[in-house]
Amino acid sequence: MFNREFEAMPLAEMKKLQLERLKWSLNHAYKNNAYYARKFDASGFDPSSFKSLDDMKRVPFLTKQDMRDNYPFGLFAVPLKDVVRVHSSSGTTGNATVVGYTSKDIDVFAEVVARSLSSYGATSDDILQVAYGYGLFTGGLGLHYGGEKLGCLTVPISGGNTERQLMLIKDFGTSVLACTPSYALNIADYLEKKRPDYDIKKTSLRIGVLGAEPWTEAMRNEIETRLGIEAYDIYGLSEVIGPGVSAECSAKSGMHVFEDHFYVEIIDPDTGEVLPEGEKGEIVYTSLTKYACPVIRYRSRDITRLYHDSCSCGRTLVKMEKVTGRSDDMLIIRGVNIFPSQIESVLMEVEGTEPHYQIIVDRSGALDDVEVRVEVAEKIFSDELKVLESLRQKIVERFRNVLGISAKITLVEPMSIARSEGKAVRVVDKRKLK
Amino acid sequence: MNVTQLSVFVENHPGHLQNVLKILGDASINIITLTIAETSDFGILRIICNKPEEAISVLKKEHVICSATDVLAIEIDDKPGELSRALTIFAQHGLNIEYMYAFTEKREGKAVMIFRFEDIEAAKSALNKQGYRIVSKIDIIGES
Repeated sequence: MFNREFEAMPLAEMKKLQLERLKWSLNHAYKNNAYYARKFDASGFDPSSFKSLDDMKRVPFLTKQDMRDNYPFGLFAVPLKDVVRVHSSSGTTGNATVVGYTSKDIDVFAEVVARSLSSYGATSDDILQVAYGYGLFTGGLGLHYGGEKLGCLTVPISGGNTERQLMLIKDFGTSVLACTPSYALNIADYLEKKRPDYDIKKTSLRIGVLGAEPWTEAMRNEIETRLGIEAYDIYGLSEVIGPGVSAECSAKSGMHVFEDHFYVEIIDPDTGEVLPEGEKGEIVYTSLTKYACPVIRYRSRDITRLYHDSCSCGRTLVKMEKVTGRSDDMLIIRGVNIFPSQIESVLMEVEGTEPHYQIIVDRSGALDDVEVRVEVAEKIFSDELKVLESLRQKIVERFRNVLGISAKITLVEPMSIARSEGKAVRVVDKRKLK
Repeated sequence: MNVTQLSVFVENHPGHLQNVLKILGDASINIITLTIAETSDFGILRIICNKPEEAISVLKKEHVICSATDVLAIEIDDKPGELSRALTIFAQHGLNIEYMYAFTEKREGKAVMIFRFEDIEAAKSALNKQGYRIVSKIDIIGES
C-alpha cells in the first residue's frame, strides 16, 4: 500500500476527515470563484451552514454544461499565476472543458496515480511504459508523474507506433504497460499478424494499467490471455483530476475510490436524489483537496454502484463497480435498461467478434425495434453461409438470454458504421425523432 | 495443387457488388467464373479469377472482407448423367458438398465444376480412383 494511513483508514475516521475537508472545499469554491458563489446563493445554500455529510444533498450540482459555459478558466478558484498546468477534454461532444492544477494539485494527482500503480503490485523496481497520449489528455502526464512518484523507471513513449512499443518492452525490460484497453488488444492483433516471431510472454511485461474508456470482463480475459499479463482498471475523469480517482486492487473486483481526496455519492439520474449505499445510479464527485479547479457535486453521468466489503487487499476505501454505462447513453428498450457496454460484452463473448457495432432503436407501432449492426471482421468471416448464419444466431440467442431483448442482428461490411473522430457512433435512437 | 477461390463478404444492397467488381476490374483482374450465396442482408461472393492473391491484397486495401478458399475443380463430360455420376462417388464416400457451381466456358466438350468440401484431399483421392481429371491452378489461368 502506497499510503496506508489513508488507504486503510477506519471508516469513522474517514468520514470525519471527509467532513473537515468538505467544509474547506465548499468554502474555498464559494469564496474564490464567482460562478460557484452565484450558484450557491441562487440555490440558497450557505457553506457556513454545512455541518454534516447529510447536508451534501442541499448543495447544487455542477454539470458538464456548467464547465463548458465557463470555458476556459471560469471555474478556477486561484489566481492564474498559481496555476502550473492545464488539461482539457477532447471536446468531441461539445465545447472542450479545461481543468487547471496548482503544484499542490499536481502532487495529489501524482499521489493517487502512485497509489493506483501500487495497488496493482507495481513498485520502484518496475519499469513503466506510458503508452497513453501525452498532451492535453490527462492519461499520459498523469501516469508519468504517478510512475515517478512511486519510483518506477518511467518511459514516456506516448501512444501509437506499436513496433517501437514492442522494441522498448524487450530492450528496456518493461514490466508495466499503461494504455487504453483497445490499444492493448491492438498490440495483441499486431503481434498475431505482423510479429509471430515476437513472444510477448517471454518478456518481463506483467501488468497492464488500462483505462480511459469503458471495458468489460470479457475484454480483460482476452487481454490477459493474449498478452500474458494481469490487466487492471484505472478510472478517472479530467474534470475530477484525471486517472487515479479510483483503481482496482489485487482482488480485481471493483475499484477503490481515493475518498480522502474525492467525495462520492450515487444519485438517481432522473430526480437527483441521493441513493443509499449499494444502489446503482449516477456517480457524483466532490473534490476535497483541489485548489485550482474545485469540483462540487459534479455529475459524471457514469452509472455505477458504491459498496464497502472487507477487501482482501486490506484497503478500507469504498469500492465502485466497473462503470456499466453512462446515464446519457442508457437505452430503455421495451422497459429494459440497456447500456451499450452490455451489448459490447455480449459481442465479445461470442467468440472472435470484435465489437465494432451500432445499435439502432426504432419504433414500429407500440413496440421498440432493436437492430444491432455488427461489422464483420476478417477473423469471423467464412466462405460458407451456414457459418456466418450460425454466428448471427448465436448472437441473437445471447442477447435474448443475457440482456432479455430480442434484437435483429445484421452483419455489415467493415467501415460501414459511421465514425466521428475515430470513435464509432454506438447508438442511433430514431424514436427521439418521432 | 488446388484451385484458389476468392470469397468476399458483400452487403445485399445496390452498389455493393459493383464496388467489389470495380476494385477487381481496376486492378486488371479477370474473373473466370463467379457465384453468390445470399441472405436478405448479405451475400458471399465466390470468384475464380486469374490472380487470386493479388485480388485479395487489393480488396483488403479497400477494407473489403475476403479470404482465399481451396476448392476442387474437375472436368466432367458435357453429357446427360455425368454430373450425377460424379456426385455418386462423393455420396458413396460420405463426402458432403458444402457448395458447388460451374464454369461458364466449355473446354472441348467438357464442363468444369467447382466443389467446396470440408476435406478436399479426401474428395480428390476419391475422384482420382475413378479417373477424373482434376483441374489445377495453372490449367485454369488462361492468361499469365
